[in-house]
Amino acid sequence: MSGSDEEKVHRTIERVARESYGRLVAYLSVHTHDLAAAEDALSEALLKALTAWPPDGLPQSPEAWLLTAARRSVIDAVRHQRVVSASEPTLQLLQENTMETKVSTEFPDERLKLLFVCAHPAIDPAMHTPLMLQTVLGLDAARIAGVFLISPKTMGQRLVRAKTKIRDGGIQFEIPEPSDLPERLDAVLDAIYAAFGIGWDDLIGIDGRGRELAEEAIWLARVLLQLMPNKAEVSGLLALMLHCEARRPARRGRDGRYVPLSEQDPNLWSLPLIEEAERHLEEASKHGRPGRFQLEAAIQSVHAERGRSGQIAWTAIVEFYEQLNRISPTLGRTTGYAAALAEANRAEQALAVLDAIDADAVSAYQPYWAVRAHLLQSLGKGREARQAYDRAIGLAEDHAVRDFLLQKQAHL
Amino acid sequence: MQFALLIYESPEAFAARKSDGTDPYTGAWRAYHKALVESGVFVGGDPLEPPETGTTIRIKEGKRGVQDGPYADTKEQLGGFTILELPSLDAALEWAARCPAASSGAVEVRRLAPQTKHRVAG
Repeated sequence: MSGSDEEKVHRTIERVARESYGRLVAYLSVHTHDLAAAEDALSEALLKALTAWPPDGLPQSPEAWLLTAARRSVIDAVRHQRVVSASEPTLQLLQENTMETKVSTEFPDERLKLLFVCAHPAIDPAMHTPLMLQTVLGLDAARIAGVFLISPKTMGQRLVRAKTKIRDGGIQFEIPEPSDLPERLDAVLDAIYAAFGIGWDDLIGIDGRGRELAEEAIWLARVLLQLMPNKAEVSGLLALMLHCEARRPARRGRDGRYVPLSEQDPNLWSLPLIEEAERHLEEASKHGRPGRFQLEAAIQSVHAERGRSGQIAWTAIVEFYEQLNRISPTLGRTTGYAAALAEANRAEQALAVLDAIDADAVSAYQPYWAVRAHLLQSLGKGREARQAYDRAIGLAEDHAVRDFLLQKQAHL
Repeated sequence: MQFALLIYESPEAFAARKSDGTDPYTGAWRAYHKALVESGVFVGGDPLEPPETGTTIRIKEGKRGVQDGPYADTKEQLGGFTILELPSLDAALEWAARCPAASSGAVEVRRLAPQTKHRVAG
């Protein structure tokens, strides 16, 4: 086999691993509930593919090949353990499947069930996103740990604990009943959005960890939309993330300098992504059920409109934030609301909104201090602005944001 | 529980110490320190003089060895330490990520060992 053929095999394995990972893990674990075993088996199957495919050439259906290999690994592992009583049903189940003379290239897509399992109310909410990233996208614990700023060892342990709970805790792999669905779907959407990075674009703080994962989160939302095409909030979430993603090239100057949204050059925004976001938002609005993500997306849509009109309709943004705060106020949204009020020439009211937030809650919340500093500056309260800038700078993680704020402080 | 942030700094960061104090790195440190104090997590800590001013001593087989400079020969060098009172390692990592040295050098987080101290100091 020539070098280029081998390269092709490696590329195919990479592609199949990325596109089919979640589908295969979901299918392998939907009856056994054993995510760890499914992941181990799939890793082994991928390793086998690396040695088997180059001499034999690519199988007709790489996905079916991996599934067969992984299934054998699960059976071998269960046999090896000899924990007969506990594993008997598992073994039987997998045997039955393997007995099929031919593995169909069409196997049911169980990823939706897997997404609901990852965001199950019995699982610590802080682990919803890490579980999704690992089981649906195949990210390793070390990378997930970096994203969430947790020690890799701790993240590994927490993932193992969560999977043990899923296996032994009677958590069902199923689509929730219609009565539970809205709440359960919310948890799934929250987890996907958390992967995207909290408060990505509407405030001054940029989260470098979120940027790293933006594409994966969009991928997850696309999968979810494909599986649940009639849920307005799913379209809303995808629209929101696409709007933010469209601005990625404009977020930094040539010298790496931080550029706030209102000063970004709209010519650098990705028009195809904006158009796609608008299509999803429009689709969502047809349901007549505005929700958190649709409203957040609508705010971003107003910002995107500046590319055409050259203006930002701050009054509209203020209204969207008011609707948002009626649904569920969060620290980020209240801060965003204050920022919008300030831009809509209602600075005094904006300050009152910020002052009403509990001081302990914002003690280490960077965007609050950045907005507060900007606001105090525009109100001519120099001394207080300087102090708020200090806190915003001290809490910033991104050095480009830090430098941007230091410069603004210097111009006071 | 208490954590030490061990601050490893780049040569550029050490050089910034000779500035007039208006450079971004020094400004960032001033704000970071203030945020630690105002959030009520700061216990103590200090910067150290640059590594080339260090003197390292080792006694091997009864022979004294004295070396100018730091113990470890690495690009980033220990530039100081900060002790923080925090509820968890996760919280300590959050604060470490905000440390200006994390963007240009590295910040190592270690929990203080009060039990070992007790064994030694009683």
